[in-house]
Amino acid sequence: MEPCEFPHIGEHLAPIMERHGGDATRLLQILREVQDCFHFIPPEAVSCIASHLKLPRAQVEGVAGFYSFLSLSHQGEYRVLFSDNITDNMLGKPELMQYFCNKLWVEPGKVSEDNLVSVDSTSCTGMCDQGPAALVNGWPLTSLDRNRLDLIAELIRMKKPVAEWPAMLFEVRDNIRRPGMLLGEPFEPGAGIRAMLARGAEATLSEMDVSNLRGRGGAGFKTASKWSFCHAAIAEEEGSMICDVGGNPERFIVCNADEGEPGTFKDRVLLASYADLVFEGMTVGARVIGARKGFLYLRGEYRYLLQPLEAVLARRRAAGLLGENILGETGFAFDVEIRLGAGAYICGEESALIESLEGKRGRPRNRPPFPVTSGYKGRPTVVDNVETFACAARIAEKGGAWFAAMGTAQSTGTKILSISGDCARPGIYEYPFGVTVEEILRDCGAEDAHAVQVSGPSGTLVSWQEYGRRIAFEDLPTAGAFMVFHRQREMFAAAHNFTRFFAHESCGFCTPCRVGTQLQKKIMDKIAGGHGTPADLEELKHLGHILGSMSHCGLGHSAANPVLDTLRKFPGTFERKLKALSFEPAFDLDGALETARKITGRDDEWAHLS
Amino acid sequence: MSKTITIDGKTIPFMDGQTIMDAALAARVYIPHLCHNPEFKPHGSCKLCTVKANGRLVSSCTMPACEGMEVENGTKELNDERRDLVRMLFVEGNHLCPTCEKSGNCQLQAVAYCLGMMSPRYNHFYPQREVDASHPDVFLDRNRCILCELCVRASRDVDGKNVFGLSGRGIGSRLVVNSCSGRLGDSDFAVSDKAAQVCPTGAILIKRQGFKVPIGQRIYDHKTICQVESQGKTGGEEDE
Repeated sequence: MEPCEFPHIGEHLAPIMERHGGDATRLLQILREVQDCFHFIPPEAVSCIASHLKLPRAQVEGVAGFYSFLSLSHQGEYRVLFSDNITDNMLGKPELMQYFCNKLWVEPGKVSEDNLVSVDSTSCTGMCDQGPAALVNGWPLTSLDRNRLDLIAELIRMKKPVAEWPAMLFEVRDNIRRPGMLLGEPFEPGAGIRAMLARGAEATLSEMDVSNLRGRGGAGFKTASKWSFCHAAIAEEEGSMICDVGGNPERFIVCNADEGEPGTFKDRVLLASYADLVFEGMTVGARVIGARKGFLYLRGEYRYLLQPLEAVLARRRAAGLLGENILGETGFAFDVEIRLGAGAYICGEESALIESLEGKRGRPRNRPPFPVTSGYKGRPTVVDNVETFACAARIAEKGGAWFAAMGTAQSTGTKILSISGDCARPGIYEYPFGVTVEEILRDCGAEDAHAVQVSGPSGTLVSWQEYGRRIAFEDLPTAGAFMVFHRQREMFAAAHNFTRFFAHESCGFCTPCRVGTQLQKKIMDKIAGGHGTPADLEELKHLGHILGSMSHCGLGHSAANPVLDTLRKFPGTFERKLKALSFEPAFDLDGALETARKITGRDDEWAHLS
Repeated sequence: MSKTITIDGKTIPFMDGQTIMDAALAARVYIPHLCHNPEFKPHGSCKLCTVKANGRLVSSCTMPACEGMEVENGTKELNDERRDLVRMLFVEGNHLCPTCEKSGNCQLQAVAYCLGMMSPRYNHFYPQREVDASHPDVFLDRNRCILCELCVRASRDVDGKNVFGLSGRGIGSRLVVNSCSGRLGDSDFAVSDKAAQVCPTGAILIKRQGFKVPIGQRIYDHKTICQVESQGKTGGEEDE
C-alpha cells in the first residue's frame, strides 16, 4: 500500500457527510463538494464516503470516474476549463487557450509542476453568445480575450481565492433580443397555480391537452400525454381514480436543466431571470400527477445559478407557493430540491438523468419500463425540459386554446432559440413556431451565412439552399441551438469539432457508441491532418449507419449526424482535405516523432520526416 | 402453449415477462450475444443481440416478447452489423488469441468466427490497460475485458460481494475492483465465486488451469458457437 496522503480525511469530510446524511442518492452532490475541497477526489475520500453511505467502494469510484468535473487524480488548485464548442473556437478559443498556457507554463490537459493550475478543454459551457468562455473551479468566465486572461493569470499567480476575483470576469448577460409570450409578458408568481386550483387538476390536464404543448427538449413528445401516462401508471397501481391528491405513494416531477447540447443556452436565461415561471410549471405538473416532491437537475456548468435559484425557492415558500397547503389548499404539498450535475452531456437523456439524480453513473436505462412508470427510485416520474414547464405555467394561467393559437397546428406556442456564431446580434430570440430560417438570420444580423446548425450537433445542418425551412416539429425540430456559419467558415472544422464532442461525451455503455464515436473521431483527425482518402469518407458513412442503427440511446443515434449532414450538403469541404491517393496509411511517420521532438525541444526541418 | 412470436419465420412460444432472447434461448434459436447470460439480469450493452422486431431495431435481451411479434434475426444486414460490432470490441482492447489461454473457449473469438470476421477492419487502439495478478488464484487481465459487466452482476447478485464495478466514461471505461488498493488480491474475491466463472473472454482467468483442456478439444474448436447454442452443450468436449 502506498503511504496515505490524507490520514485524517474523516475529519475533513465529517461536515460534508453530516450535511447530506446517509442518503446514497446524494453521492454525486457529496463528491462535488469533496472535489471543491481538495481539487480532486483522494482515494482515502472514496473509501471514507463508501463506508459512510454503506456503498461498495467500487461504486463510489465508478461515479467519481464518470463525471468530467470530478477527478480521481490531482488537479490544479485553479482548474481552468475552456469551452470547446465550435462557436468558442470561432471566437479564438484555441489561440487564447495556448496563450494562457504559455503564460502560466502549463501544458493543456496537465497540472503545473507546483500543482497550482491545470488547464483543459470542456464541452460547451452554454455561453456561446458571450464567448470565448471558460470555467474556473466551476465558475463561468465570459468574453475572454488576452487582457482578461492576463488578469486571470495574475490572480492565479497571486493565489487569490476565486471568490475574491473581480465580478466583471463572471458577468453573464441574458442578451434577450426578441421576447415573446414567455419572455415578454409579465408574470405574477402564483397566477398559474391559482388558475389551476380554481379549474381543478383534471381540467388543467385537459387544458394541457388542448394546448398541444410538446416537449421543448427536442424530442417533442406531447406533454399532456406524458402526464397522463404517469397518471395511468399510478391509477393502475392503486386501482383507483386519477387526479386525486395527497396521501398516495411517491411519484416525482423532474425539471431537466441539464442543457448540454452545444450551442444551447436558453434554459440558462429562463433559470436566471424567469425561474418563477419554471417552478410554477413544476408545481402545476405536481398537482396534476400528485407529486409531493420535485427535482431540478441543474447542469454543473450552471452551478453559479444555484444560490439565486435557492433564493427563488425560499421566496416561493415564504409566499405559500411551495411547501405544505399551497395557497391555502389543504393537502396540496409540493417542494423542489435542486441537484447539480458534474459535467456529463448524457445526463440530459431522461433516464440517464434519473440515474444521476440517484447518485449513480449517468447511464441511460433499458426501456421499457419508461420513467413515467418506473423512474426515480423506481417510482412514476415525469421529466420535462425547463422551457416546457415555463410553457405549462402560462397554459395553466391562460388556457390551452390561447396557447394553441400560436405557432402551427402540429407545433403550438413559441420556441426560444439561442443564437450564436457568425451574426451581429447573438442571444435569445423567442418566435412562434413556423418561423423560417431566413427570417431568423435576418433578425440576428447574419450576413452571407453559409449554413446553420439547428439544435446542435445532434440536430440538423441546414445549408444556404434550405433557408426557407421552418422551425417546427414537422420540419426542423430543435431544442433551441441555432449556430450560424459564415461563407468563409470551413464546415469541416465544425463537423470535426462535433465528432470530438460525441467521442468525449459517450457514456461508454454500448459497444457501437463507445467505440464508434472514437473511430469516427480518429478518421476525422486523420482527414484534418491531411492524410485522408476517399476510402475514409466511405468508412465515415458506414460508421454513421452503425451508430444510427445499433446504439443504445439518442446520443449514439445522432453522433454521426454532423458528419453525414456535412458530407451530403458540403462534400467539397471534405474533398479539399483529401490526398489524391486511393490509399493512405493511418500511421503517420512524422507524427510518431512528435514525442522525440518534445523531449529534445526541437522543431527544425531536420526533426521532421516528410 | 398460448402466446407466440416468430423469429425468421419460425414460430416460437413465450410466456409473459419473457424477453425475445429468453424465448429464443428456450427454443434453442441462436441470437448472437456476449453480455447476456440467462442466469443474470439482462444488461443490453454489447448490442450483438440486436434484432428487428416488428420493423424496429431492439436489443433482444431486454425487449419483452409480445404476442405475434415478428422478429428478424439471421439476416445478412444484421449479421454484417454484428460483425462490425465484434470488430469494434477487438480493436478497442488487446485481444491476442494465439497467446490467450481462453482461446477455443472464448465467446468473443467464437462469435467472431461464427459471424465470419476475417479481419479487424478498423485500426487497433492498442490501449494501455492494467494486468492484475495479485490474487493467489485468479488473474485479471483488463486487456481482454469487453465491459459486459457479467462479473459485476455475478459478484453483486449471486456472491453478494460487489467485488467489481465500472469506472471512467466512454472509451475510458474500465473495470475496477472493490479494494482500497484497487487490486484483486486485496479484495474478498474467492476462486469459488460465481464471478470467477462468468467471463466470456479471458479477462478473468483461474490460475493453474490454463491448458487442462488442450487446444483442439475446447468448446468451440469443432463446433461454432451457433451450433453449440442451438444444439445444447452435448458433446462433453468442454468437460474436464
